[in-house]
Amino acid sequence: MGGADRKEEAEHPLKSTVPISSDENIVAARQNGRALALQLGFSSTDLVLITTAISELARNILLYAKRGEILLEIVSDNGRKGIIVVARDSGPGIANVDRALQPGFSTSGNLGLGLPGVRKLMDDVRILSRVGEGTTVTATKWKR
Amino acid sequence: MEVPILKQGSYLIATIQTALHDSDMLQLRDALVTKVGRFRSRGVIVDVTSMDVMDSFSSRTLRDIAHMIRLRGAEMVIVGIQPEVAFAMVQLGLMLEDVPTALDLEEGLSFLNQRMRIPWVGQTEKKKQSTL
Repeated sequence: MGGADRKEEAEHPLKSTVPISSDENIVAARQNGRALALQLGFSSTDLVLITTAISELARNILLYAKRGEILLEIVSDNGRKGIIVVARDSGPGIANVDRALQPGFSTSGNLGLGLPGVRKLMDDVRILSRVGEGTTVTATKWKR
Repeated sequence: MEVPILKQGSYLIATIQTALHDSDMLQLRDALVTKVGRFRSRGVIVDVTSMDVMDSFSSRTLRDIAHMIRLRGAEMVIVGIQPEVAFAMVQLGLMLEDVPTALDLEEGLSFLNQRMRIPWVGQTEKKKQSTL
């Protein structure tokens, strides 16, 4: 059984990492995320919500940190399955995470929709950030 | 990939066919703003039927294009926003503000025709040709 699992894993990767350093990478991250979510059988509406969230998170990396990476992974927890999107950068970091999560807040003059927008698209969004060290945003969407 | 722009009578029709990079969107903006003058177009239709994601950048750029087209004296309508995309846009709080939208190309053309009070685009073209 283990062998069969491994074979399946080889054919359908459960995770993917996309380096983000230009706007072309945003499209790649989105497409990889869509492929993973499709594999899990997400509804077409959820597919769009997930890909839009990936797009916004990747855009945030370009906007604030110039470069970073998007990690996409299929996870399961107590029988439910979902997709985790991790946006990681070594940029300037977020001074006030609570404030960054408030609707309408943006330090870039509302260029992106910021983290409150991503929060509406995904089920769970967590932020780890240190000023001068970087930011890691972990967003999860569970399959209903 | 460059977005093809079709001239149809006094209208320009831009059909977005693949996942666009940011630079492609900006290229589309520049091309439309220029061509609307070159062809003396009265209306522009941007067909987004194939777009599976409308994020903050693409919606802001489309809004900007519509405003620029209006400043150039023409009218722009966005057609073909898919149901799932509309759902995500509302969730995200994305607004196209005063930019007109229509269900599909057909509705978009009839919207522009009403605005321009032209019976049918193709017909006016034919008339022009016959008087030449």
